[in-house]
Amino acid sequence: MFKVVLRTVLIAGGVTALCFAIALPTSFFIAKIAPRWMRRGLIVSILLPLWAGYLVKGYAWRAMLSPAGNSFAAAGSGSGGFLVSVFGWTPGYGRTGVILALTYLWLPYMVLPIYAGLERLPASLLDAAGDLGARPLRTFRSVIMPLLLPSIAAGSIFTFSLSLGDYIVPQLVTDGKQRVMFGTFINSTLGAPNQPLAAAYTLWPLLIIIAYLVAMKRLGAFESI
Amino acid sequence: MGTSRLSKWVLGLITAATLAFLYIPMLVVARLSINKANSVAWPPRGWTLDWWREAWRSDGPREALLNSVKVALAATLIALVLGTLGAFAMQRFHFFGRNAVSFLMVLPIALPGIVTGIALQNTFSRRIDVGLFDFSVGFGFHSLVVAHATFCVVVAYNNVIARLRRSSPNLLEASADLGAHGTQTFRLVTFPLVRSALVAGGILAFALSFDEIVVTTFTAGAGFQTLPQWILANFSRPRFIPIVNVLATFVMIVSIPLAWVAQRLSDGGSS
Repeated sequence: MFKVVLRTVLIAGGVTALCFAIALPTSFFIAKIAPRWMRRGLIVSILLPLWAGYLVKGYAWRAMLSPAGNSFAAAGSGSGGFLVSVFGWTPGYGRTGVILALTYLWLPYMVLPIYAGLERLPASLLDAAGDLGARPLRTFRSVIMPLLLPSIAAGSIFTFSLSLGDYIVPQLVTDGKQRVMFGTFINSTLGAPNQPLAAAYTLWPLLIIIAYLVAMKRLGAFESI
Repeated sequence: MGTSRLSKWVLGLITAATLAFLYIPMLVVARLSINKANSVAWPPRGWTLDWWREAWRSDGPREALLNSVKVALAATLIALVLGTLGAFAMQRFHFFGRNAVSFLMVLPIALPGIVTGIALQNTFSRRIDVGLFDFSVGFGFHSLVVAHATFCVVVAYNNVIARLRRSSPNLLEASADLGAHGTQTFRLVTFPLVRSALVAGGILAFALSFDEIVVTTFTAGAGFQTLPQWILANFSRPRFIPIVNVLATFVMIVSIPLAWVAQRLSDGGSS
């Protein structure tokens, strides 16, 4: 069980890191560089996929990830899904696939708070930093990042907790592996005669989420949602 | 800040890549739904609308679709009524426990679906004794509507209360000064004010219910299946791949433009 817990936390952490890495440059571009008339449209196009249906998007990744010669997904033909035939590589049905699919699902939840945080950031601050001789990288590190930290923490609450508790998309993109995350594991024990044991397992995500929320509260996440 | 031309281009490219990352998987499924071959292999072979026809003709998916629409409509209706009433109460009155009530209103959307699901399943399956008689809610269409309404109320509530907060209370006083009584003010001032927020909230509530799967698996019971449930039950059967592609595409085609309209409506009220 400990291995499952560790794997789940690593997956949720990986999703959060990946979401952050994608969301930061994207929302910086939208908030500070894109012309004003494009901003609204860009941010709406980032948010719209949220409404496309959770299951549908998970299924889309099942189709995308399908490895060549997989008995199910590419039934009958030797070729694989979109990733393998366009990029020549697919992580297949496993934890990397889970990370990709979950990143896809929760990315807008990371973009939105970071974008809002950057919008609130007055341009004069950035100008002042430039006037004082700071290079862009330095401005970023010493001015933008400290002010943006609460927004990032707020976004990470969504990506981390939503990933941590997910158990349906992991089933879809791993071909039903039961021990890939503890959500899937607990779900697979629900029908078993030992339901109290399943209930006891749920203590793990509860403790992890509480610890995570406490840590993020210290970073000021709750003031910026 | 002196962002160089190069870094502007790089950031622009990353944003374009992000959008591609968000939309390509959906386009892939849409393309696969008109694929001649019975697989998700890429590139697809040829074009055909046969799967769309077959999906419409086969009983399982059609019934599941109709069930989903019925549940979503009923849940949306309940959500709009309760959410609007709640929003008005919160906006106009200050009462003991107001913060707690507003917290309880939005809680269902923050709770993991599995928690709501198991809690409702327990409640619905139990005999509830009210003294004179006892009853149990049981499972089926009605239990699903109630379950979905719990989290649909939140979006209706949020949309309406946001609109009420932005609109000036002077309007109501002006209407009263001009001699309008309560129902007239509601009909001529308040309702037109929140109408587009209601439509936006209704659309989002519908979309939320239409696509819900976790709470649904716990509260639908054996004899009732929604569209997401049908997809979940059949996605791994090779024979159903094309049908699942069609249904997935259908859900996207319905929900994305609706969400866009809702977005426009809830923005529009701010001016």
